Amino acid sequence: MTASPTTTHPPAGRSRPPLKTVLTWTAVAIVGAIAWGVIALSRGEEISAIWLVVAALGSYAIAYRFYAKFIARKVLRVDDRRATPAERLDDGVDFQPTDRRVVLGHHFAAIAGAGPLVGPVLAAQMGYLPGTMWIIFGVIFAGAVQDMVILFFSMRRNGKSLGQMAREEIGPIGGVAALVAVFAIMIILLAVLALVVVNALAKSPWGTFSIAMTIPIALFMGFYMRRIRPGRVVETSVIGVALLLLAIVGGGWIQDSGLAGAFTLSPETLAICLVGYGFLASVLPVWMLLAPRDYLSTFMKIGTISLLAVGVLIAAPVLKADALTSFASTGTGPVFAGKLFPFVFITIACGALSGFHALISSGTTPKMIQKESQVRMVGYGAMLMESFVAIMALIAACILEPGLYYAMNAPAGFLGATAESASTAVATLGFTITPQDLTAAAAAVQEQTLVARTGGAPTLAIGMSEIFSSVIGGESLKAFWYHFAIMFEALFILTTVDAGTRVGRFMLQDTLGNVWRPLGRVGWKPGQWITSAVVVLAWGYFLYTGVTNPLGGINQLFPLFGIANQLLAAIALAVATTILIKSGRLKWAWVTGVPLAWDAAVTLTASYQKVFSADPRIGFFAQRDRYADALDQGTLLAPAKNVDQMHAVVTNSTVDGILAAFFAVLVIAVLANATLVCWRAIRTREPLPSTETEFVESKLTAPAGLFATAEEKRELATAGAKSGGGETAP
Amino acid sequence: MRLAGILGGIRWYLRELTGENQYARYLQRHVAAHPQAAPLSRREFERRRVDRADADPGARCC
Repeated sequence: MTASPTTTHPPAGRSRPPLKTVLTWTAVAIVGAIAWGVIALSRGEEISAIWLVVAALGSYAIAYRFYAKFIARKVLRVDDRRATPAERLDDGVDFQPTDRRVVLGHHFAAIAGAGPLVGPVLAAQMGYLPGTMWIIFGVIFAGAVQDMVILFFSMRRNGKSLGQMAREEIGPIGGVAALVAVFAIMIILLAVLALVVVNALAKSPWGTFSIAMTIPIALFMGFYMRRIRPGRVVETSVIGVALLLLAIVGGGWIQDSGLAGAFTLSPETLAICLVGYGFLASVLPVWMLLAPRDYLSTFMKIGTISLLAVGVLIAAPVLKADALTSFASTGTGPVFAGKLFPFVFITIACGALSGFHALISSGTTPKMIQKESQVRMVGYGAMLMESFVAIMALIAACILEPGLYYAMNAPAGFLGATAESASTAVATLGFTITPQDLTAAAAAVQEQTLVARTGGAPTLAIGMSEIFSSVIGGESLKAFWYHFAIMFEALFILTTVDAGTRVGRFMLQDTLGNVWRPLGRVGWKPGQWITSAVVVLAWGYFLYTGVTNPLGGINQLFPLFGIANQLLAAIALAVATTILIKSGRLKWAWVTGVPLAWDAAVTLTASYQKVFSADPRIGFFAQRDRYADALDQGTLLAPAKNVDQMHAVVTNSTVDGILAAFFAVLVIAVLANATLVCWRAIRTREPLPSTETEFVESKLTAPAGLFATAEEKRELATAGAKSGGGETAP
Repeated sequence: MRLAGILGGIRWYLRELTGENQYARYLQRHVAAHPQAAPLSRREFERRRVDRADADPGARCC
C-alpha cells in the first residue's frame, strides 16, 4: 500500500493492498516466526547466530512497516501539507531542510555509541535469550517509539529541547527534574564509558599506543582542515582513517619493541590521563580536537558496524552460551548482581530503550527534517539500526566459550591475578576453562592477560576478532582485528567523553550563570576552565573509585548508569504521554503510556533493590553495613586486602546508594507531576491551548521513506526534483 | 545502476553527511539574497562554521 505523502488521512474506503505486497509480508512474518521458534525452543543444542539476525530483521521489518506507520498516521497524525521548522525557518545554519538519508546518517551517528556494544555483552551472563528478546521487543515497543515520538513533538515545537518540553507540558518540577537528570546521567555515563576504556587499555601497550595516537592524528586533521584545505572533510577523513589503521599496525611494533614499557600503564595512571584529556578537550577550540575526532569516529563507526554485519552473515558463527543461565533466576552472577527482572532491562539500555536519545531527538535532528512523515524513517528507523548493533554485540559475546567469558568479565577480586586462579574461580561458577586455554586465548590476540578484563570492550573485541578473522586473515590477523575492535570502541567512547564533557560544561555554565552572571558567558575563559574542571572532576571521581574499587567498578557502576539512562527515558515518555493526553488523544496514550509503565516498573524496582535489598551483593547500603561492621570488628573481608580498601568500599557504597535513591526520587517526582497534569487534562471540559506552532503550508516535495515510491517519484518530477538545495540527490 | 552512478551517489552522500557541500549551498543562497556583496571565502566560511560548534558542540550518545 503506497501512501501519498501529501494527504494526512487515508482515503475513505481504503484500497486493498496488492496481492504481491500481502504475500511478501506474509513471507517475512513466517520467516521471522520460524527464527523466533528456533531461538526460543532449542535447549541444550548450539544454534547458529544467523537465527538471531533473522529474528531481529524480520521483527524490525514488520514493526517498521505496520506499527511505526500506525503511530505516524493515527497517533501522531503526521501531515505533509504542513511545513516543518527546517522549511519555515531555513537560515542555512541551524535550520536546514536536509535530504532524509543524510538526516538518518546524522541521527544514527549521534545516537549510536558504545552503549549498545557494552550492555549486551554484560547481559550475556543471563544467556542470549533474555537479551535478544529485550533488545528486539524493547526497541519495537519502547525505544524506537520514544525516539520517533519525541522527534515529532520537538519538530512541531520548532525543535524545542526535552527539558523545555518537560517544563512547558508537565511543569516546573518536571523541567527541573529533567535538567538534573540529564546532568546526572551525563556524569555517570562519562565515568562508566571512561572506565570501559581504562579496562580495555590497562596493561596493553598495543591498545594504549594506538589510542594515544588518535590525539596527534586528530590535531593534524584539525590543522589540515583549518589551514591547508579548508572544508575538505572527506579528503581529510580518508587521510585520518589511513593514519588510524597505521596506528593500529604500529601498536603491534611498539608492543614488541623497547618502547612497550612506556605504553604499559596502570589503570590508575590511565584514569588520571583520561581526566586530563577530558579537561583539555573541553577547553580547546572545537576545530583542533573535537570536530576532526567526530569525523573519524563517525566513519569508523559506520564502516566497522557494516563490516560486522557482513562478517556475522558470512562467518555464521555458532552460539556457545546457554539460552538461559541459572544466574537469571538466582541473581548471583559475577558480572552484575541481581535477577533477570529488573537487571537485564537496566543493563541493556542503549539498543532497546535509551533515554539519552530523547536529547538527540529534541536537538539538531528536528531542525533538519524536510517532511513530517520522515520522522518514521529517521526516528524509528535509526533506532532499529542501533538495536541491530546491540544484537551483533550480543552475538559476539555469546560465540565465546562461557568459561572464557566469565574469566574475562568477573571482577578481579573474584578471579585473582593469574590464569590458574581464574580457572579455579570460574570452575566454582560451574564453567570450565583450563589455565592453558586462557593463556592461549590471550596469546592469540597478543595481550598479556585476559583475566578480569571487565567492561565489555575486550570481550566484544575477542568476539569480533573471531568473526573477522574467520572471514579475512585467519589466525594470523586475530591480534590485528582484536586491536582494531578495541580502537573502534575506544575511539568513539573518547568522542563521547569529549563532547559530553563540553555539553556538561555548557549546562553548568548555563545554570550557574543565573547565580553569578560572568560564569554564564560562554566565551569567558576562567568560567570555561572552572566549569570544565568541575565536570571532569565529577566524572573523574566516579572513574577513579571504579578503577580502584576492589569489588569491581563495572559491577558497581553499570547498574547506576542503566538506572540513570532509563530514568531519562521515563521522563521522555512521560512528556510524550502528557502531550498526547493534553492534545485530546487519550485513546492513543497507551502507545507511550505502556512503555512508560514498564520503564517505571523496571527503574523503580532496580532502584528499590539497589537501596533496600538486604543482600549485600545487590543493596548498596547492605554492602556498606557489611563492610562497616567488619571494620568495627577489625576484620578484613575479601576481596578487600587492607583497611584502606575496606574504607573505600564503605564510601563507594554509600555514595552509590544515595545516587540510586536520588534517581528514584526524581522519577517519582516527574511521574507524580505528570499524572496530576494528565488527570486535570482529562477532567477539563474545554480543549486545552495547543503548544504547537501554527500551521504553515509546505511548498517542498520529498519522499517519506528510504526509497521513493512510484507515486512520490511522479510528485518529485512535477515539483522539479528539487530536494533541498546544494547538489541534488542522485 | 551503473558503477559510476553508485560511486557518484556515495560521494554525494559523504559530502552531504560531513557538511562539505555547505559552502556551495551558502554561495547559492548568498548570490540569491545579496547579488552585489562579495561572498565569504571558503577559508573564512569554514572557519565560522566550525567555530559555531564551540558554543554548541552537539551531544553524542552512549
